[in-house]
Amino acid sequence: MAQHNGVNSHSDGAARGPLDVAAIRQDFPILTRRVHDKPLVYLDNAATSQKPRQVIQALVDYYEQTNANIHRGLHTLAEEATDAYERARGKVAAFVKASGPDEILFTRNTTEALNLVAYTWASDNIHEGDEIVISTMEHHSNIVPWQWVAERKGAVLKYAEVDERGKLDVADIERLVTDRTKLVSMMHVSSVLGTINPIREIAQIAHAHGALMLADGAQSVPHLPVDVNELDCDFLAFSSHKMMGPTGVGVLWGRRAILDGMRPFLGGGEMIEYVERQTTTYNSLPWKYEAGTPNIADVIAFGAAIDYLTGLGMDRVRAHEIELTAYALEKLGKVPGITIYGPKTAEERGGVVAFTVEDVHPHDLGQIVDYDGVAIRAGQHCCQVLSQSIGVPATARASFYVYNTPEEVDVLVAAVEGARAMFTTEVSSIVAR
Amino acid sequence: MSLDDLYKEVILDHYQHPRNRGQLEEPDVATRGHNPLCGDEVLLAVKMDGDVIQDIAFGGRGCSISQASASMMTESVKGHPTTDASALAGGFKELMAGSGSTEGLAGNEDLEALQGVKKFPVRVKCALLPWTALLEIIDTWEHAPARAAQN
Repeated sequence: MAQHNGVNSHSDGAARGPLDVAAIRQDFPILTRRVHDKPLVYLDNAATSQKPRQVIQALVDYYEQTNANIHRGLHTLAEEATDAYERARGKVAAFVKASGPDEILFTRNTTEALNLVAYTWASDNIHEGDEIVISTMEHHSNIVPWQWVAERKGAVLKYAEVDERGKLDVADIERLVTDRTKLVSMMHVSSVLGTINPIREIAQIAHAHGALMLADGAQSVPHLPVDVNELDCDFLAFSSHKMMGPTGVGVLWGRRAILDGMRPFLGGGEMIEYVERQTTTYNSLPWKYEAGTPNIADVIAFGAAIDYLTGLGMDRVRAHEIELTAYALEKLGKVPGITIYGPKTAEERGGVVAFTVEDVHPHDLGQIVDYDGVAIRAGQHCCQVLSQSIGVPATARASFYVYNTPEEVDVLVAAVEGARAMFTTEVSSIVAR
Repeated sequence: MSLDDLYKEVILDHYQHPRNRGQLEEPDVATRGHNPLCGDEVLLAVKMDGDVIQDIAFGGRGCSISQASASMMTESVKGHPTTDASALAGGFKELMAGSGSTEGLAGNEDLEALQGVKKFPVRVKCALLPWTALLEIIDTWEHAPARAAQN
């Protein structure tokens, strides 16, 4: 087994104090990279996280020692691969406190998990005149599939608005959700504003009207302790690659009774029980939803990522991000001409800080800070409806993870100040190049 | 490849002091160009005199590259016939997305300053945005009933 530098074996995080960030950084080979001859400052974690060598090693170990197709071979490798794949499912189930591994369906990404619900449950349960309630802060993956369902079914897509604090108004959602509402689908943590939405309260509103609650956990499951029972939701979607795992693996958690009653998504091998000329009976959960050879290696390595995060303790991960975010809000807040979007305090938000600087377009900002080794995102972050709603066409976004440090926030702030100077200094006063 | 290749002084100058930025009263043709990747938007409007671009103005919002490119573009085509403007647009596209040659720019030094953008592939779209809008406007004008009336 790979050595765990940044992880010790105790699982109770609260008693262990803050993360040992220096040790954690040793586990991430990419953090030694230089960009434009500067140390990499990776602050684009909301887009994708970096991977510890324990995850990279799990991929290498699988391909060098175990590689085989699962669930269908009688030989040793097939048995080992099947066992490793299903153990990873068990780890994911435990991580979000699912009532069993059979409630965990592997998909390609969060987007596919959301589409799975749209093409199966929603297709059979949403009818003409029914309503789907989402919010204006949603990622395109939690908008477009519902627009299609509404279009196909003659249903109505309704939006909860984001208020000036960057939050959803629960009273507004109470007014929006009616007895015609069949589904409420919202992100747990906003990928732009950082807002942590009160999923439990929203789920209770949905349930009072007989609707289901889907939580998009792409930005929450990697960063805070998430318990599906506490959220009281019916579906939860998230991605491996934003939580130290490989790309190409997403998760849909669903309540067993609901998943059991849904029709399958894709048809093919593995998802069947018996296939006759005209009819097919289906496999049991969760395999009913996993047609074809799945992404075996990446799921197994995702299991290693879950081990890594569990080793750190999600409460400590959260505490670290609150500290970094508070520091970033304070330091960035002092840059002249800056506007920071979303809730004011770090406690109200995930480790995401979107901002604009007067006279400097976010694209220019992203390009210029890259030359200081700083990786941030610039643009609309797949949230055009939010852009339209708050009237801000594009923002720059810094997003943090366990390996980031206050010193890196200082590098970001200095780089942003440098970019601002470049665009606000009159050209005529610059010495000709 | 350095940042100075991208942010040349003349580009910053056009960004800080854009030429022909604003609106036209009663334009003959107007269009909106949009880059969904970054949310950049250019609004372009022309007043025509036969096939000559008598007046041109741009609006919208975007990064320094798209804004500087729009400013330079309007400056280079204002007062010129659409055939010259089309040829210049073709030359600029060749510079950005083709051979990288500056031959099609008719010696326009400001536009030549944008050649560094080619080294930053994600920014090429920003530079091309106003030119794509210009070609759309010319195409619309060539098929417009108003043109037939003016000619």
